Amino acid sequence: MATGTEPRQHSGGVRSGTRAAIAARHLRTDRWWLAPAVTAAGLFAFVVYSTWRAFADAHYYAAPYVSPFYSPCLAENCRTMRAGPNADLFGSWWGISPAVIILIFPLGFRLTCYYYRKAYYRAFWASPPACAVAEPHRSYSGETRFPLILQNIHRYFFYAALLVAGVLTYDTVLAFRDTHYRWGHMGLGTLVFLANIVLIWAYTLSCHSCRHIVGGKLKHFSKHPLRYRAWQFVGRLNARHMQLAWASLLSVALADFYVYLVASGVFDDPRFF
Amino acid sequence: MSVVDRQEWDVVVVGAGGAGLRAAIEARERGARTAVICKSLFGKAHTVMAEGGIAAAMANANPHDNWQVHFRDTLRGGKFLNQWRMAELHAQEAPDRVWELETWGALFDRTKDGRISQRNFGGHEYPRLAHVGDRTGLELIRTLQQKIVALQQEDFEETGAYDSRLKVFQECTVTRVLKEGERVSGVFAYERETGRFFVLEAPAVVVATGGIGKSFKVTSNSWEYTGDGHALALLAGAPLLNMEFVQFHPTGMVWPPSVKGILVTESVRGDGGVLRNSDGKRFMFDYVPDVFKEKYAESEEEGDRWYDDPDHNRRPPELLPRDEVARAINAEVKAGRGSPHGGVFLDVSTRMPAEVIRRRLPSMYHQFKELADVDITAEAMEVGPTCHYVMGGIAVESDTAAARGVPGLYAAGEVAGGMHGSNRLGGNSLSDLLVFGRRAGRHAAEYAQRLAGRRPPVDEAQVDTAAAEALRPFSAETAGEAGPPENPYALHQELQQTMNDLVGIIRREGEMEQALHRLAELRVRARRAGVEGHRQFNPGWHLALDLRNMLLVSECVARAALERTESRGGHTREDHPAMDRAWRNVNLLCALADPTGGLASTDPARGQIRLTRETTDPIRPDLLALFEKEELVKYLAEEELYE
Amino acid sequence: MSSYEARFKVWRGDEQGGGLRDFTVEVNDGEVVLDIVHRLQATQAPDLAVRWNCKAGKCGSCSAEINGRPRLMCMTRMSVFDRAETITITPLRAFPVVRDLVTDVGFNYRKAREIPAFVPPAGVGPGEYRMFQEDVDRSQEFRKCIECFLCQDTCHVVRDHEENKQAFAGPRFLMRVAELDMHPLDAAAETGLDRKRTAQDEHGLGYCNITKCCTEVCPEGIKITDNALIPLKERAVDRKYDPLVWLGSKIRRRSGT
Repeated sequence: MATGTEPRQHSGGVRSGTRAAIAARHLRTDRWWLAPAVTAAGLFAFVVYSTWRAFADAHYYAAPYVSPFYSPCLAENCRTMRAGPNADLFGSWWGISPAVIILIFPLGFRLTCYYYRKAYYRAFWASPPACAVAEPHRSYSGETRFPLILQNIHRYFFYAALLVAGVLTYDTVLAFRDTHYRWGHMGLGTLVFLANIVLIWAYTLSCHSCRHIVGGKLKHFSKHPLRYRAWQFVGRLNARHMQLAWASLLSVALADFYVYLVASGVFDDPRFF
Repeated sequence: MSVVDRQEWDVVVVGAGGAGLRAAIEARERGARTAVICKSLFGKAHTVMAEGGIAAAMANANPHDNWQVHFRDTLRGGKFLNQWRMAELHAQEAPDRVWELETWGALFDRTKDGRISQRNFGGHEYPRLAHVGDRTGLELIRTLQQKIVALQQEDFEETGAYDSRLKVFQECTVTRVLKEGERVSGVFAYERETGRFFVLEAPAVVVATGGIGKSFKVTSNSWEYTGDGHALALLAGAPLLNMEFVQFHPTGMVWPPSVKGILVTESVRGDGGVLRNSDGKRFMFDYVPDVFKEKYAESEEEGDRWYDDPDHNRRPPELLPRDEVARAINAEVKAGRGSPHGGVFLDVSTRMPAEVIRRRLPSMYHQFKELADVDITAEAMEVGPTCHYVMGGIAVESDTAAARGVPGLYAAGEVAGGMHGSNRLGGNSLSDLLVFGRRAGRHAAEYAQRLAGRRPPVDEAQVDTAAAEALRPFSAETAGEAGPPENPYALHQELQQTMNDLVGIIRREGEMEQALHRLAELRVRARRAGVEGHRQFNPGWHLALDLRNMLLVSECVARAALERTESRGGHTREDHPAMDRAWRNVNLLCALADPTGGLASTDPARGQIRLTRETTDPIRPDLLALFEKEELVKYLAEEELYE
Repeated sequence: MSSYEARFKVWRGDEQGGGLRDFTVEVNDGEVVLDIVHRLQATQAPDLAVRWNCKAGKCGSCSAEINGRPRLMCMTRMSVFDRAETITITPLRAFPVVRDLVTDVGFNYRKAREIPAFVPPAGVGPGEYRMFQEDVDRSQEFRKCIECFLCQDTCHVVRDHEENKQAFAGPRFLMRVAELDMHPLDAAAETGLDRKRTAQDEHGLGYCNITKCCTEVCPEGIKITDNALIPLKERAVDRKYDPLVWLGSKIRRRSGT
């Protein structure tokens, strides 16, 4: 530059005029990039996998198991699942994979989830990439305007996620049948489904919106002892929200993959009784 | 002389700890335009370090408590040397001052029925300390800070400026109180950030600068505690009272060296912690002095029962007043029964479940974990005495907090003397701040209003002298005196070592005389304290200026300690180990030897301080009647008893 | 006891400019970074500017960035570093520098003034306040704040975007709003002040993208994001984005009058 001074990268960051003159964007010496890199890799892998499975429109039912990606199945083009989560709300005009209809809800729930927001703002948007590491954006308005202001509808996705979790619970109950729809049987898939549904519920109930709704919004816990207990319970789960988010993400993918393996005949579901 | 920025205020409060902020709130609410000056950032004052609680006889935990009991405890703790009228006002007004904090947003820990919870503490007969975990001081300072902001918001609504009636000058240091004749006319100060000088003209000045601990090596006090207010008052012609009484808190951290002295709250003992020596013995049972024999348990079993059934058992001797516990620890260590790092063991790990410890003593848990790598829920802490508080201070009128002899000068909090006698009870300092902070603010505001229209003018010559004094460290080499410039940090360390070794917890005549000689030498060298760099945020310069204050105050402590030939409270003489009833009603007053306020004297024998004795007012009969005769004979001289 | 010589880079300068200066300093057992800075002052750089007070993690004065991470110097033990490592100390990088390690934290004091104070309930006198522990627990957690401003420093909303300082109060002061909104006796609503709404409209809650750096740096371990900011966002949603709640309050208000 003509003036011979170091050019300012952007108007108002750590290198702006009044701040201590330090050229580096950050001085961290630890591996700060590791966490966002792992997060990005994990989320990316799930997106690739789930996109493939959601649009595959195949191998999602192997009696008595239905893939959580396809449940409830709301279009006419669904496979018939005896006493399963078929509910032909959309009729015959729906042409593509029926998973797409229902996946909106868990996807929306996770997309607006306070934990996932942190994860992808950091990992994908580098806003910020890590604490005290300067972000590369010239300006920032956070969640104050469209589209990110829509994050505020998280609680509606939470309500929807409750319904979806209810259906998946129903599916898990159905998994206590054998391939001939007789009750009182279990296979390895039943365990996979059980583990998945426990994690799904734990993740759903540990949601910050849930914590608010059950009791967090109250000013006086002392006047609502039951809701206070519920709030404390959700609070304990909430402290593990991140772990539950990842665990349930993995378990839902595994449950789906299990159904895929069985349905495509790669693998036979070992029956216990 | 350079032009110095000047502003006019009604009341200037020096210090923004509990007392200063409470004074400022009161003065502003009474209509005085009030300025607060503090050395640190607003809200960082040493009050945040107070852990245990605020003593106030609200009787929430034990219905038998009332102000008379609190008064009695305070006098016993102070060994009857307290300015009794202050102790009376303090005990009476403390509950109102605590309740008032709630109306400003403070959130104390609660009892089951929703009132303020109160905890046990050394020397208090009933659970009396309102607290928030072990961070009560933080709650107090934050509440007062937020009340000040609330007042500023009101002023903003009305005048469009936040600090039109109440302004905080943060990171500024006052070096002189200015006077016109006898009366206060303002203060001279510098801004730490820029080094710029300024004068606040005001008819009333409240000094609330806290203590003097930074003159000692092992101390729980922060860097601010350089005795500024004590020195300002002395230099302005006001006497200091009973400066020999310095409280060594029995439990400071002893390891690692860099944190030596950091406080371990008394709540650890109040909540059940016990002291043991290297033999594993609870040695405090051997150290209950006669005057307290009836009040304390004789066996561990009785002491342990007391926590659950205080009405039918006596308290464990770990909860004796601080001076007794500190001396006992000192004696155990000297007898070779100390811990590896020269303290004794304070143990809660065997007394409470880990989860309870973490809940009730969170910052202690945190502090030991972070700083010493010790898990207090699993092992004992090592603790030893640390310089904590000065009972002595500016001599004030009990009701008005007005400094004696200087109209317009007020003092409140630790910097004021008298309230705590020879030893302060834990929890009484936060209540002291509030009670007398408010009184100082009120009377300063009233005084300023009485002088409206006849404000004492600021004397130009005094401003010039003050500026020259403050600039001196920059020209140390060219000042034409013998010897090379001195490093202020080195001088400070030598001063701390001297006071610690020679005027510390156990005192001897020869050592104190030696201390006075060393102080005289240091005083000479301090005049050559030089600094590098410029005036902008220069800590070396700031320290060089603070040295004057520390040297003055240290001399007061040493001289008064040499004079008082008895042991009482925070003053222990090896050569006079007993309490002497003849000294009960004697106050020692320190004044500047050179009444013009000059500091030229370097004669070690005479020094800068002149000491006088004064007999105190007899305790009012209705207050004396609160005690049993048998107890009074232990403290009061014959003639006092029969008057 | 063992001592060793450690290498430091300390930023020295003022608003005109400056840079990292190299020092080699003795380090003893059990010391913290602030001890080293003090040793520097006493032996090599008497005019090195640094802010500190209690040296026990209670006052929140000695905030700085150590190896690029916002921390309290008094609570950073030297033993967490490798002896061979060069340790870098800089002032907080979100605020204007004054000199050396001292920054102008006036931003925080201005923001503090913008948060309306506690409103005492009408008709409840001193000594008559009754509050239950479970009702004060939440606000008490936030009142543990020592105002070290590390959260304000690390928050990218203002750290990386000076222009947002106008609209955004920062985590510490949004937490203050949450503290007051959860205070069992705060009567702001009765005076027409809706803290939930103003959190969003006046104090910039929407700028927060809950990336949790404030929680990560808090030396008091306050769960700023999970316990203050997100609950406050949910409360703002109650007011501004929840038609059911909005409808409910409309009906209740109508039936009330």
